[in-house]
Order: sequence, then structure tokens, then C-alpha cells
Amino acid sequence: MTRERRIPPPDRNALRTQSLILRTTGFFLLPLLLLFALFLLLRGHNAPGGGFIAGLVASAAIAVHLFAMSEAGARRVLRVDPRDLFAWGLILALVAGVLGLFSGQPFLTAHWLTVSLPVFGELKLGSPLLFDLGVFLVVVGTASTIIINLAEQDT
Amino acid sequence: MNLLVILPILIPLTAGALSLLGRHSQRVQAALAVIGSVALVASAVALLLATWEHGHIVTELGRWPAPFGIVLVSDLLAAIMILLSAVTGAATAFYSLGSISIAHRKGGYFPLMHLLLAGVNGAFLTGDIFNLYVWFEVMLVASFSLLILGGERAQMEGAVKYVTLNLVSSALFLSAIGLLYGLVGTLNMADIAVKLGEVDSGMTTVIAMLFMVAFGIKAAAFPFFFWLPASYHTPQVAVSALFAGLLTKVGVYALFRVFTLIFDMDDPLIHQVLLWGAGLTMITGVLGAAAQFEFRRILSFHIVSQIGYMMMGLALASVSVLALAGGIFYIIHHIIVKANLFFVSGLVYRLRGSYELKQLGGLYRDKPWLALLFLIPALSLAGMPPLSGFFGKFIVIRGGVEAGAWALVAAALVVGLLTLYSMTKIWAEVFWKAAPEHTASAPSGSNTLLYATVTGLALITVAIGLGAQPVLVLAQAAAEQLLDPTRYITAVLGEAP
Amino acid sequence: MTSLMALVVGVLYAAAIYMMLRRSIVKLVIGLVLLSNAANLLIFTAAGLRRDAPPLVPDDAQVPAGLVADPLAQALILTAIVIGFGVLAFAVVLIRRAYEVVEADDMHQMRDTDT
Repeated sequence: MTRERRIPPPDRNALRTQSLILRTTGFFLLPLLLLFALFLLLRGHNAPGGGFIAGLVASAAIAVHLFAMSEAGARRVLRVDPRDLFAWGLILALVAGVLGLFSGQPFLTAHWLTVSLPVFGELKLGSPLLFDLGVFLVVVGTASTIIINLAEQDT
Repeated sequence: MNLLVILPILIPLTAGALSLLGRHSQRVQAALAVIGSVALVASAVALLLATWEHGHIVTELGRWPAPFGIVLVSDLLAAIMILLSAVTGAATAFYSLGSISIAHRKGGYFPLMHLLLAGVNGAFLTGDIFNLYVWFEVMLVASFSLLILGGERAQMEGAVKYVTLNLVSSALFLSAIGLLYGLVGTLNMADIAVKLGEVDSGMTTVIAMLFMVAFGIKAAAFPFFFWLPASYHTPQVAVSALFAGLLTKVGVYALFRVFTLIFDMDDPLIHQVLLWGAGLTMITGVLGAAAQFEFRRILSFHIVSQIGYMMMGLALASVSVLALAGGIFYIIHHIIVKANLFFVSGLVYRLRGSYELKQLGGLYRDKPWLALLFLIPALSLAGMPPLSGFFGKFIVIRGGVEAGAWALVAAALVVGLLTLYSMTKIWAEVFWKAAPEHTASAPSGSNTLLYATVTGLALITVAIGLGAQPVLVLAQAAAEQLLDPTRYITAVLGEAP
Repeated sequence: MTSLMALVVGVLYAAAIYMMLRRSIVKLVIGLVLLSNAANLLIFTAAGLRRDAPPLVPDDAQVPAGLVADPLAQALILTAIVIGFGVLAFAVVLIRRAYEVVEADDMHQMRDTDT
């Protein structure tokens, strides 16, 4: 299968999909940006980064895909309704906060769990990561809802 | 303790998120609305009891110590406001179940309602000035979406004004926070209060005035109230009632908090501005209402006029504790009564299909029970004994007499009379006069839930009126706490401020 | 530098208010954008302009080395930008819908709900 055939054909209804350059770059940018978002999400605890900025990068990826392909394509990339992402993100963030309450400490107090893995050595899992994941989902959900809805109104 | 303070924010947020997930099922949404609002009332009662018993309850989020982290503080005023917001929220939830159409529910009505309550409660509880801004915005975003739900022309026009003025207010609030942070280098309100006492700068007055304008817009005080009567009569009536009960009062709460804790009420300029603002808000609001002939617009203008009484309580706080207690009592009374009046207007609309006084009539003959349910909050609003409004006005005015603010006392009395005029106008036009020829629109669906809500709120009004003494004791305790900021500061920052 | 920033902030506020006083709702939103940016820049200026290192703690230390910039002011601005972005996105959607129902980009056509 040649590379050209894997790039989706232009959608005749929408004017913005006419640019071959945008479609081609959009095709490659989407996985790269999503990977970068994951990187930012995970390194956010000791270095600049975190759920918020990762969410922005991920929604930028989806926005690029939307401009390059179509609204329906952007929805397909997300697979779920962005509003569900928002709701799940909020629940995850709240759960991360509530974990502190169980041990009689204030809301949002961080809790850490150290897991030893055979290959990677020690891995520290903490409720801040859960919170960041929640923030990530909230940001992706909100930004994509806004972008997709605006684009769908436009056509 | 930690749990109690966070619950009023946690419950509506969780209910909102779950309600959004279950947006395809009407049953799930309805169940969450009921469970969420009842749980909120329960947690609010528990918080008020705990605060009454232990004094200030403070929780440091994420165990970051004050003044570096964000704290949530519950003092009596905050706990009272939380309870009121929970009661209004519960009433709105029940009323909405009987009145909001399926189309609106699919537009996200219930998640937004929960989110609005979370924002309001967050604003009441936070002890951090920037966090207050964030909660204001949470509340605003939810209210924007609720306001335009349905998308009719009047809603759009009202929303443009509502959104603009509120965003201007937010920008001013943010500017004030920026200047304040530049001056004292902290955001914790208790810490600001300590540090601002050590700073001697003309900037303090500038910042105070910026806060007053920002919160004045949110509270719909004179001369910033024009957005309110231009928008509050446009959305669904349950939304109108929720807004009328709660949103402006968040602005009033912020005024109460900031001008008792952070800024010195002895500053003659602040004192004078508040006094004049209070008087003019009362008078312009009630005169505006006198010129209106639309049910919800009359009520909207009365919100403005009642804000004046609350501001009067605050303006006289430095001279008379009783006035401040009266202001708090007035807030308690006003939230319940005003939401209820909007609910009644919604019932009238369902029976007759109009809010225009000219097209209404004859409801006393058809629905005497509804007429009684209107009369209780209406007379309470006008200040008839033995209902809650009488004691609210009486205490504020007595505070005014103690403080010797005779002009303001006179204004308050005249405004009370004009309120009675407005309420009589509604009574005569909607209930008493014969129905116009062409009233058709048969009632649709069951109204049991709506009547139950209105009756419940009316009973609370009567209860506050008949049992005014305990409420007054509570309001006085809250006022004394407010007037002694050192207690708040010690509770937040520890023993050595 | 501070006085230059103060000037910029002042001009931004003035431009924002000028735009908001126009009749067009599009210009109203532009005014709101300018206003929120003016407020952000004001925080930045009021918190103190200094040429210090970024407030990052090195891996093997408990506190940042040397003088660092105040991270709180930047956090405030970041939060305010995010909130401003969300609210303004809403405002754009709103004026779009308002334009569709009123069929005019003119505040003077929107007086039905006034008194």
C-alpha cells in the first residue's frame, strides 16, 4: 500500500479540505502531537508539563485533524463524545481529591504508591497523576466540544 | 471536619459530572437532581451545625499550609449562605422536574444546574481571593449557558447584556486582585487582611473601589444594575428563580466578606459610597418596578431594590452590629421569598400562557390556593408582619436608627411602601380583576411538583416570620463574627498572625 | 520598563472600553478580549518585573538556586488566560447565535428586553 493511498481523499463538501499539503501534514501531525501530549502529561511532575498543557496539545492535534479532514473525522478520532471525556475527567479529578479524605486528610492531599516492576525498577504512582489525567480529559473534552461545535455550525 | 467543608462543592460537582454522563436517560438525570440536591441540603445543615458549635472551620486543600495553599473557610455567614443555596437548589431541582421540557433537558439543563450550584458554593467557602474569582467564573459560565438554553430572540438579547456586563465585572475584579497582589504579595484573604494593615498607601482605596465596582455589578447595585432587568425575565422560569435567588447574592456576599475582612469600614469614602449606593439602589429599583407591567420584570426590578437593604446593613456595619445582622437576616429572607415569587409567576404562566399583567386576571376565582401562595411571599417581600420580610426590614431600619442614618431610614420606609404598591398591582391585575375575554390556554400536564415546591418555600417564609428570634440570633452571631476579623485570621493562619 | 508596561496597560484598557462602546456586537467582543488581556498584563506588571531565573527547582535540591521570578503571578495569569479563553469562546458562540436571530450586527436592534 503506498503512502498516498492511505491519506484520506478530499471531502467534496468542505472547502478547507482541498489543500493536499494540509491534509498530508495533518495526517502525520495527529499521532506525533498525541504522543507529545502523552509525554507532557507524564513528565509534568518534576519538569514543566502536566495534564493541562497536555490536554491543550491533544486538542490542538484534534483541531488540526478537523481543519485538514472534516468534523466527522475529528469525531472519529476521539471515538467518544467529547462531553463524555469532560465528565469522566471531572470524576477522575474528584476521585483523586477524595483519596486524601479517606485517611482523614484534606481534600486533594497527595498519596503515593510505590510499585516495583521487573524491568523499569521502582515506579511511583500517585494521586496527582490521576488528577492530571482528569485535567487532561477535561481540557480535551472542553476544547474539542467548542471546536467541533463551532465547525459544525459553520457548514 | 475536612469532609464537611468540601462536601457542598463536591456533591454538586459529582452530581453534575454523573448527570452529564447519563444525559441520554431522563430517569438518571431526574434521580441525580433529587439525590444531589437533597444530599446538598443535608450536608449544608451539617456544616451549619458544626460551624455553630466549633466556630470557624478551615481546611487546607492538598495539605498546603495557609497562606501558601488555598484554604476553604466556613464561618457562620458562609454556612448560612451554603444552606440557602442548597435550599434554593433543591427547590429549583424539584420545580424543574415538573417544568423543564425534554428538549431543554437534552440541552444539558441538569448538569449546568449542578455546576452552577458548585460555583456558588465554592464562592461562599473559599478563603482565597483568586480562588473566589475562579468560582465566580465557574458560576458565570454555567449561568451563561442556562440563560440561553432554548435560544429565543429575547434570550439572546438579554444574554448579550448579561454576558458583557459580567465579563467587565470579572475583568475589574481581576485587575483589583492584580493590584492587591502587587501591594501585599499574597492571595489568602486572612493574610491580605494582616498585611494590608501594615501598608499605608493610597492604592488601598483605589483597590477597594475596584472591588466595590466589580462586586457592585455582580450584585446589581446602583448604578450597575441595568443588565439584570434586561435579562432575568427571558430564560426558563426555573432558571430565573435560581438566578434571582442566588446569583446577585453571591455579589452581595463578596461585598460583605471583602469589606468586613480586608478593607477598613472606617474609611469615610468607602462608608459614604456604600451608604449612597444602598439608598439609590433601593429607590431606583422600586421606581423601575412601579413602571413595569410584566410579571417577571416587576420581580426583577424588586431584586435590585432589595439589594439596597442588604447594602444598607453593610454600610452601617461599622456603627451598628444590629444593622449588619439585619443585612444578613434580609439575605436569608430575600433568597427564599424571591425565588418563590418567580416560581409562582411560572405557575401563572402555565395556567394562562402569559406574563403580561394586562392579559391576566381572574386567577383568584379559579385558583384560590395559588392566590394564597402568591400572597405569602408577596406580603413578605413588602414587609408585612408577621412574615419574614417584616423582621428583615425592621432589624435593618432599627440598625439605621441606632446609627442615626435618618435619610436612609426614610428611604427604606418609603421603598417598603412602594414595594407594597407593586405587589398590590400584581395582586389586582393577575388575581383579582376579571379575566380578559380571550384567556384560553388550558393547563397542560400535572403541576403537583410545582405546587409542592411553592408551598414548601412559602412554609419556610412563614416559619422564618414566626420563629424570627432564633434566626435573628444566628444572624447576630454571624455579624459579630464578621465584625471581629481577628477570629477569622487566627482560624486561618494559626495562633500568631 | 514598568512605566512602559503601565502605558501599554492603560492603552489596552482605553482601547477595550472604546471598542465596547461601539454599536457592533463583533467590536463588543473584541473589546472584551482586549479588556481581559489588559487585566492579565496588569497582574504581570503589578507583581513586579524582574530579570530572574525561571522558578524551577533542580533535581538534587529542595529550593531553587539564586533569585527566581515569582511563579505565582504567572500562575494567576495562566489561569486567567484559560478562563478568559473559555468565556470568550462562549461569547463568540453567543454573538453568532444572536446575529442569527436578530439579523443585525447592531446593539441598537437589541432593545426589546430593555425597559
